[in-house]
Order: sequence, then structure tokens, then C-alpha cells
Amino acid sequence: MKSAVIVFPGSNCDRDLAVAFEAVSGTKPAMIWHRDTELPDDLDLIGVPGGFSYGDYLRSGAMAARSPVMQAVAKAAERGTYVLGICNGFQVLTESGLLPGALLRNASGHFICRDVGLTVDNAQSAFTSKYDAGETISFPVAHHDGNYFADADTLDRLEGEGRVALRYAENCNGSARDIAGILNEAGNVLGMMPHPERVIEPAHGKTDGRRLFEGLVEGLLARA
Amino acid sequence: MKARIFVTLKGGVLDPQGKAIHHALEGLGFTGVNDVRAGKLIELDLADGTSDDDIDAMCRKLLANTVIENYRIEKVA
Repeated sequence: MKSAVIVFPGSNCDRDLAVAFEAVSGTKPAMIWHRDTELPDDLDLIGVPGGFSYGDYLRSGAMAARSPVMQAVAKAAERGTYVLGICNGFQVLTESGLLPGALLRNASGHFICRDVGLTVDNAQSAFTSKYDAGETISFPVAHHDGNYFADADTLDRLEGEGRVALRYAENCNGSARDIAGILNEAGNVLGMMPHPERVIEPAHGKTDGRRLFEGLVEGLLARA
Repeated sequence: MKARIFVTLKGGVLDPQGKAIHHALEGLGFTGVNDVRAGKLIELDLADGTSDDDIDAMCRKLLANTVIENYRIEKVA
């Protein structure tokens, strides 16, 4: 399995995401700098990590979404490469148009950094296949702009097409319809605010996030 | 040539920053403030002859996120 993690100036979860990819797949991902215009050939999986790319200037994820490497990520996504955007990575994916909607400032106005309960809404996706539908899990969140917004038609479509992968069991940031993570139409791009890569080892306190990566990798290996 | 771009949240989009400002104004004793919405002002110093279409494209492609924001362009001589 070939994977890559995109690194923007200000990314700070790129290493954690790379560790998670390697822990479940056994191979190190390529670390790709934001100025690169091409990705390695035949990538199966691309991670867009959390952090504060470009200092959150203009809007969270806005500058990163227009960086050269994101053109290449968009092309790869179109060809069917899996793309996982976490936290700032989710903001980058909405800003780049790979996922609908936008992430607004948390309704409380506060930065939130704690564990949050999540419900698996769609357990059929490549990202959630190792979870049970309706299962409650817990991932850490750490964000200021995680309040998912889209117009009512878009929200209806996301729900109708099973593209809401994860919802907050307890809505911590004001997100529309408790949405914590959404899929693109083809199902190969997932954006989510909570951090599965921070809960993959017993030493992390819990391992709820590990199955997300295991499911992805097993699916990719089965496809190969 | 200069242009000023005003970027504001669309009606109905929650503005916690505006709410916090509103609250702070009330804390200072200003009564009669019904609502506060915060936005951004971006000033562009442009080459003479930059077309309106180009300025509009700058707004659509980067300066505003039209999912949640409106923009208004004001050209300054």
C-alpha cells in the first residue's frame, strides 16, 4: 500500500497521521511538501493532516486549499485515491471544493480540546467498515473552527445519500445536524474534525481510532 | 488603482465573533445595540487597468468563501 501525508507550513498533526498510517500498513508514507506539484505514482491513500496551515490566515484551510499540491490531491481523488482529511485537513477539503459546506467558528466562540463521543452513522464506507452502524466511539477534538455548515438542500442530500459518516453524540461546536465527518459523492474522500490518529495505541488511553485506519488499509489491500 | 473588498457572513450564518463584540459593548454600558456582525476589509493595490472581471474572480476564488460569505467590491480612484 502506498500512502502520503501532505505537509503545509503550520501543519502539526502530520507526524501523528504518518505514524498511524505506518502502524496499520507497515509502510512509511511519503511526506509531501505543499509546494510540490506532483504526487508519487499509484498512491492508494493521501492524508491531509490537522494543524494551523498558513496560520489560519484569511480562513482556516483557505490558503492551503489553493497551494500547488492540492491541485494534485484533487486529481488523485478524482482517479479514486482515498483522501482522509482530519481537523484542519477537513477545512482544507471543504475550502478546496472536494467536500461540500464549510467549517465555521465554534458556536461557543471557544477553542475546544477534549474527548467527544461520536456515533457511526454510515458503517459501509471504506473509512468506517470496521465499526458498527450506530456504534458510539470517542475521539479527541481540538479546534476553533469545527462548526459544520451547509445549506439545507446540501444537508438533505448528504443525509439522503448516506454521506454523513460520523455525528457528534454530544454536539460540541454547533455543527448542523451534529455532523462530525462527511464523505464525497464517490465515497473515497472523508473529512472529519475529530482526531482518530490520536487514539490508536493503548498508551493513548484508548484505541477507538485504530479501526478507521485498519479498515482503510484492509480495504485497500483487498482491492490490490 | 486600489480596490477595497468587504467580506461579510451571509445572513443566517452564525457569527460568534459578532456576538462576543455585542456582549462586550453591552458590558461597557452601551445600550441599544441590537446586533453585531463582524466581517473583513481587504485592500488591494492593483495595476492600472486590472479588469473588473479579474477583481471579481479574486473574490470568488480566494478572498471570500461564497458558501458562507458575501463580498462587495469598492473601487477607489
